[in-house]
Order: sequence, then C-alpha cells, then structure tokens
Amino acid sequence: MSSIDVARVKADFPILKRVVNGHPLVFLDSAASAQKPIGVLEAMDRLARESYANVHRGVYTIAEEASAKFEASRAAVARFIGAPAPHEVIFTRNATEAINLVAYSWARSNLVEGDAIVLTEMEHHANVVPWLMLAEERGVELRWVPITSDFVLDLDGLDELLHNAKLLAVTASSNVLGTINDIPPLVQAAHASGALVLVDACQSVPHLVTDVTAWDADFVAFSAHKMLGPSGIGALWARSELLEAMPPFLGGGEMIRDVTKTGFTTNELPWKFEAGTPAITEAIGWHAAIDYLEDLGMDNVRAHEVSITDYALGTLEANFEDRITIYGPRDPAARGSAVSFLLQEIHAHDVSQVLDEYGVCVRAGHHCAKPLMRVLGVPATSRASFYIYNDEDDVDALVSALKNAEKFFAI
Amino acid sequence: MSGLEDLYREIILDHYRAPRNRGELPVPPAVKSEGFNPLCGDEVVLYLDVDDGVVTDLKIAGQGCSISQASTSMMSAAVKGKTIAEVRQLTRAFKALMSIHESKLEGEQDGSDLEDDLKGVRLGDLEALQGVVKFPVRIKCATLAWNTLLQGLDEAT
Ligand SMILES: Cc1ncc(COP(=O)(O)O)c(C=O)c1O
Repeated sequence: MSSIDVARVKADFPILKRVVNGHPLVFLDSAASAQKPIGVLEAMDRLARESYANVHRGVYTIAEEASAKFEASRAAVARFIGAPAPHEVIFTRNATEAINLVAYSWARSNLVEGDAIVLTEMEHHANVVPWLMLAEERGVELRWVPITSDFVLDLDGLDELLHNAKLLAVTASSNVLGTINDIPPLVQAAHASGALVLVDACQSVPHLVTDVTAWDADFVAFSAHKMLGPSGIGALWARSELLEAMPPFLGGGEMIRDVTKTGFTTNELPWKFEAGTPAITEAIGWHAAIDYLEDLGMDNVRAHEVSITDYALGTLEANFEDRITIYGPRDPAARGSAVSFLLQEIHAHDVSQVLDEYGVCVRAGHHCAKPLMRVLGVPATSRASFYIYNDEDDVDALVSALKNAEKFFAI
Repeated sequence: MSGLEDLYREIILDHYRAPRNRGELPVPPAVKSEGFNPLCGDEVVLYLDVDDGVVTDLKIAGQGCSISQASTSMMSAAVKGKTIAEVRQLTRAFKALMSIHESKLEGEQDGSDLEDDLKGVRLGDLEALQGVVKFPVRIKCATLAWNTLLQGLDEAT
C-alpha cells in the first residue's frame, strides 16, 4: 500500500510520457534534478502570459501582481521549511550560491587565520569547495567528521573536532549514500562549543518534513530544482540577527537603500542579499512545486520513498546477490532514496550506457563528492534515486536493464 | 540494441576483458605519464621506453570504463615498436577518426584536413572505436589514452 497514488502523480508529469530508444522513460535521477508537474509549467507560463514584469519597481498593475506573486513564493518557501519569517529566506541561484553567500559574507567577516571549520566526509562539492577556497585565502583550518563502515557519520570525535571551531557545515542527507543525518544533536554539540551550523538541505527539503526552527540551525541552503521546481532558483535561510549583522554579498540594484557618489546603504532583509533582477518566473514555479508537494503531504512523500527504497534495496540484493555493492545504509527508515551501487566488474559509465538503451536514466560518476568517493575507495558509482513519480515498475525496469548490462559485459 | 553494439564492438569488449600490455616498467629509463578524466574517474597510466626514436616497449595501468580501458589496450598494441614519427601520425589519425564524425555532425568543414591526417595510415583494429562518436560524452573516454601518450612522448623526447 503506497501512501501516494503514483499512477495519478505520473500523469501530472508530461515528460514521463516520453519514449526513449523505444522504451518509456524511467527517470531515476531526481537526486540530480527532479521533473516538473504540469502545474509548475502552467504557473510559469501563466505569469509570462498575464503578469510578467520586473519586481519591486513598477507601480503599474502587472508589476504589482508580479511582485506580490514573487513575495508569496518567498512566504511559501518559508512556511515549507518552518522558517519563522519570510524575510529570513534569501532567494539565490541555487544551494551552491547560498553556501557561497555564507562563505563570502559571514565567514569572511568573522573568520581569521587559525580559525577552524568542521565538515563531514559525505559533503557535496558545493559544501566543500567554498570552504577550501576560504582555507586557501585565509589560512582557515578544515576538519573532517569521518564516516563509519555503515555509511553514517562517526561522531565519536565530534566534540574534539568542534573544539574552538567557528562553523559546522553538514549535509542533512547525502546525495551519494542516502544517509540522513540527525541534525538537532549536531547543532547542540556545535552550539555548545560556540560554532554556528550550516545545513546543506538540498537532499532533504524535497523529501522530508523540514523544520529549521526545530533543527535550531543557523544557515540552511537548498535548491528548487530538486523539489519539482525550476532550475535557476534556490534559497538560503538564516536567522534574522545573523543576516542583519552580515555585510552584503553581491552589489547592485535592489540590495540598496541609498546610493551616492561616495557610498551606499543596504536595503532591509531579504533584499539586502538579492542584488539585481531575481529569477522571477522561477520563483513562481517554485511556489507551484511547493503547492504540489503540500497537496501530497510531505509525510506521505516520505512514507512512499521509504517504501520504494525498501523495495529497491531488497530487489537489487535478491537479483544481484554478491555481484552488487550498495554504498549506503541498509535500513530504508534511516536513509533517503538515493541508492548508489556498483555491479561487479562493470564500470558505472558502462552500466548507465546500457540502461539508457532501455530508457532508464541513472547517474554515473563521482556525484560531486570526490572526497567521499576517495573514502569509499571507488572512482565512480551508479546512482538510482526515487521520487514521488517512481513506482515498483520503475525498480523492476532498472533491475531488468541491469541484468542486460551483466549479460552484455559478461566476462 | 543496435546503438549499443555499435559502441561496444566485440573487439573492444575483448580488449576490455583481456587488456594487452598491462604492467609497469622501471622509471627511469621508462617515462611514466598519467591521464585522468575528472568526469568519470577514468585513469590511464603509461610507462614508455623510447630508444633511438622508437617506442621499444610500453606498459599500461589504471582503471576506468570499458571504452577508456579498451582504447588504452588497443593503443598500446598499435604503437609498440613504431617510431615516434609514426606514433604521432597514428595519434593524429585516431583523433581524426573521432572528430571526422564530430564535424560531420556539426555540418561544418569538408574534412579535407582530416583526410590528410588519415592518408596512408592504417588504423586496423582501432577503427572499431569509430562507434564512439555517436556517443559524444564517451569520446573523451576513447581519446584519454592517446592524450596521455602524447604527454609521455613529449617528456621522453
Ligand atoms: C547534497 C547536495 N548539496 C548541494 C548540491 C548543489 O545543488 P545546486 O547544484 O542546486 O546548487 C547538490 C546537488 O547536486 C546536492 O545533492
């Protein structure tokens, strides 16, 4: 019994009617970017046809409509993640830009040589490279929380790692392993040693009920395109006091209150951090995506993903036994729906290539997590990830295509 | 399966399953050269013995997808015993084999330069890799060995 009527959901996604290489499209790469329901496409189209104008500038009717819709989207995002106030949600291009905003604005005005930042071995490059850049530029020390052989964070040495650290930057859910990290205890430990916490919530906001207030985190970054929305927009949530105290990130229109030949004053939140014309149409699409997920109910989304992941793990193990290695926790209740694996003797790219022949889309490669791949000791894995529009038939199509890959490459 | 069979010709799978010239050579006198494809983690390591303008021996190590590893194995068989001039010509011809089709796809170039590159060069088994050009993301897998070879030759000469 699924908590979601997947057949009905599938019907809402026009792209899922596509045929690839003579096979119906089986899309198993939502962890990279999700597909869009018709409601999102229509909302964006409707804006362009009826109310498109730049926001916060014109006094004419459609400019006011566009501005109101844009701010309504911000309010929807805030509500969706349990943020106390919409003005704490800063629209960015994506999660990567949100993390860079923190690295440039907060970290560069608060961290000096010798300060430490704690990361984990399961971070995406988006939550690694900005800190490496800072380390190079400022002589900031990076410390790494290791992972255990069960693919979860090894918290034994956490307090030591956090000693005198200024920031803990941690993913809420790994895009490679699927591992879901329990954020509140991490935040407690970090706050107890005086460090702030940035949560990369890219892989959790689309799949789990999110409550940034309950997390008690300081910064939270995520992207619209992984949650049925368009690419080109994401958000940073942070507590007002932090945002008020931070210097602006990019300079330009919208982020100012006044400009003279010798200086400027910044606009109030959230616009202080939104220089230039934002992704207006995309914000409206994001709102529609949130409406879609809220209609399904995030508890139902989660229940569906646990059930489909359980089926996928079980079916892969039953069919490939010791010929498959799955990199991630076995317990579907402790993980998200991204399933990374290697078939014995077959490179991940060759697997994807054969799967494509059957219309099955999976990701192959390092998944922008090279430090993690080094820890795992593999150059690349295949990754199937499941979302609201995937059902057991999709898993079966994956298994059958994988069997063909085995046949094709049989030694 | 026709597309797939075009990409994974039997001879390619054979080189992938039973790569030729695997191993290492003592450095020096051999030159070691390494190539990476950062996108997929393919890695090619070459050991080259160049004596009097001739590639007298070469060994390969590394790991990666079937196309990169088969291409490396086929390259090693093709260049062993050849003069550096011949190897460079072969490399140009192989790259032309990859890009003739690229430029045809783009509908540009009449291909006359490329024909020059191919003139008088016998690619032999290497022609089996032609199918790769229909899968643009895999061209890098096929050319990795040859670019790594060029690096090694530059160092050895
Ligand atoms: C865990 C995680 N963090 C960050 C990112 C970066 O997201 P974006 O490319 O939307 O900035 C991704 C996307 O792949 C991700 O999976």
